[in-house]
Amino acid sequence: MAEKSFAEKVANTQVWKSIFRHGPPNNARNRAAIVAGNVFLHLHPIKLKKSGVQLGYTWCMGGLSFFVFLALSVTGVLLMFYYRPTAEYAFNDIIGMREHVPLGIMRELHRWGAHAMVITVWIHMFRVFMTGSYKPPREFNWGVGVILLVLTLLLSFTGYLLPWDQLAIWAITVGSNMAKATPFAGHGGPGAALATIGDFVMVSDKNDVRFQLLAGRFVGEATLLRFYILHCVFIPLVVSVLIAIHFWRIRKDGGISAPL
Amino acid sequence: MKNIIDMIMAPEYSFTAVVVLFILMIKYVDKIATKKFGYSLLLGMTVFIGWLFTDNVFRLNFFATNDNVPIIFLVFLVVWSCWFSLYKGIQNDNRIAAGGVPLEAEPENREKVWSWPNLVYTELFAIIACTIFLIVWAIVFKSPLEEPANPTWAPNPAKAPWYFLGLQEMLVYFDPWLAGVLLPGLIIVGLVAIPYMDVNPKGNGYYTFRERKFAITTFLFGWLVLWVFLIIIGTFLRGPNWVYYGPFEVWDAHKVLAANNVNISEYFWIKLLNQGLPKNILVREIAGIIMTVGYFVVGIPLFNKFFGNKYLKRMGMIRYYLMVMLIFMTLTLPIKMYLRWSINLKYIIFMPEFEFNI
Repeated sequence: MAEKSFAEKVANTQVWKSIFRHGPPNNARNRAAIVAGNVFLHLHPIKLKKSGVQLGYTWCMGGLSFFVFLALSVTGVLLMFYYRPTAEYAFNDIIGMREHVPLGIMRELHRWGAHAMVITVWIHMFRVFMTGSYKPPREFNWGVGVILLVLTLLLSFTGYLLPWDQLAIWAITVGSNMAKATPFAGHGGPGAALATIGDFVMVSDKNDVRFQLLAGRFVGEATLLRFYILHCVFIPLVVSVLIAIHFWRIRKDGGISAPL
Repeated sequence: MKNIIDMIMAPEYSFTAVVVLFILMIKYVDKIATKKFGYSLLLGMTVFIGWLFTDNVFRLNFFATNDNVPIIFLVFLVVWSCWFSLYKGIQNDNRIAAGGVPLEAEPENREKVWSWPNLVYTELFAIIACTIFLIVWAIVFKSPLEEPANPTWAPNPAKAPWYFLGLQEMLVYFDPWLAGVLLPGLIIVGLVAIPYMDVNPKGNGYYTFRERKFAITTFLFGWLVLWVFLIIIGTFLRGPNWVYYGPFEVWDAHKVLAANNVNISEYFWIKLLNQGLPKNILVREIAGIIMTVGYFVVGIPLFNKFFGNKYLKRMGMIRYYLMVMLIFMTLTLPIKMYLRWSINLKYIIFMPEFEFNI
C-alpha cells in the first residue's frame, strides 16, 4: 500500500473536509462541486460557452470593474481608520498618511483604483455595446449597468472632496454649481424665477438642489460630512445591491452573451 | 512644428479634424480593421505621445496634477478597444459574407466548458495582473495633494475631475442648465433606451460592423468624438479662464482673448434691421425662437424624408421619435460649436429674465 503524502493526509482531516466539501478538481463531479459549493465561485455557472471565457471576447473588463470595486472597498476601509471628515482634521490626516506611513501607498491605491474603475467600467460598457450584448433578453441588465456607471462616477466624485485640498473643494464647487442650474429646482436655473408666491421665493440658494447636495450654499464642513457618508456608506451600499442584481441577471438572462 | 501643432489643435480645427477622421474611419473600415493598421496605430500613438513628453512645457502642464495620468491609459484603451472591436467585427462580417458564421458561433466556441478551471483561472490571472498594475502605478505616481482648502481663493482654471471635463468643456457652448443638467440627463436616458430603440435582431452576442452599421456609427460618434475627445480638449487644451492653450504653450493667465460673442437677437435687430432691441422679450428673441422651433419642426420631417422612413416602419412611432429626438439633441452640440466658431454666436435664445438661454 502506497504511503499517503502529507497533502493527502491534510485533505483527509475532519477540519479540512468540514471546510472543503469536495475532492481535488481533477474530475467533472468535483469541478462542478467547487463552483456550486463556494459562495463566491457560485457567481459563475458550472459550465459556460467557450466564447464566453475567451479574453478576446470579454476583455475581462466587467470582472475587473468588480475586482477594483472590491479593492477600493478594502483600501477605503483601511483609510477610514486614519481619516476624520472635519475641516479641522481632514487635510492633516491625509498629510499624515503621506508623511508618517513608511512606503505608504494605500491612498495611492485607492485613488488610482478609483480612476481605474471609471476606465474599466467605460470600456466594459463599450465592449457590451460592440458585441450587441444589450439586445434581448438583456435590455434590463444594460439599464442596470448604466445606473452602475453613473454611480461609479458619483462615487469617484464624492471621494474627490475628501482630501480637503484646493483641488478637492474647487473641483466639487465647479461640479456642484451645475446643480444650481437645474430647471425649476435650482435657483439659477430656468423657471426658478417663476416659482414665487407674492414676495415669497420658492426656489432660493437656501433650499434648492445644490443646497441639498452641499448641505449649504457653498462647499463647507457640512458638505465634507455629507460627501463622506455618501462616499463611504450610502453609494457603496446602493452599488452593492445593484451589482448583485446585475450579476444575478447575467445568469438569469442566459450568461455571458453569445450568438443566439 | 510645435507652433503648427499649437495652432491646429485649437478646438475649431482639431474637432473638425476628429470628425473628418471619424468619417474616414467608418468609410474605410476595411482598411482599418487589419492587424497591420492596428499595430501601426498603436506604435504611432506611442511615438507621438512619447514625443509630446519630451517637451518641457507639455510635461509641466501634464504633471501639474497626477490625476492626468489615467487619461493616458484611457486614450490607449479607447483607441485599442475601438480598433480591436472593429477588427473582430469585420473579420466576422467577412466570414458571414463568405457564407459562414461568426467566429463566436463556430461549433467549437459554442461548446460548453467547465468554469473551473477555464474561467476562474483567467479571472485569477486578470486579478493578479490588475493588482500588480495598480501597485506599480501607486508606487510610481503619488496621488495629488495641493494646498489646504481655501474657500476664498479659487485656482485658475478650476477644473472638475477629468471624467467630467467633457461636460465642463460643453459649458463653453451651453449654459449650465443644458451642459450640466439636461444633456447629461439625456445621455443617461439615451443609454438606457438603446436596447429598446435598437430593434435590429442581428449582431447579438458577437462582434460585427456591417450588420449594425447605423447603431455602431452613432454610438462610436458619441463615444469617441463627443465624449472622449471633449475630455481631451478639456484636460490638455484648456488653461486659465478656460482659454485655449496649445499642448506646447505656457499657461499664461494674461493671454488675451477677444470675447465679443453676439446673440442672435443682436444679429437680427441691430445688424440686420438696424434698430434697437425691442422691449418685449418674445419679440426681441423671435429670430432665435423661430430657429430653435424650426430646427425641430422642419428638421425632423426633413430627416424623415431623407433617412427616416425605412427606420420608422421598422421601429414604430415611439421608438423612432425617441431616437430622432435624442439624435437632434445630440447634434445641437456640434451645431452650437460651429456657430460659435464661425459667427461668434453666444446665444440663440437669450432670456436672462428667466435664466433661459440656449
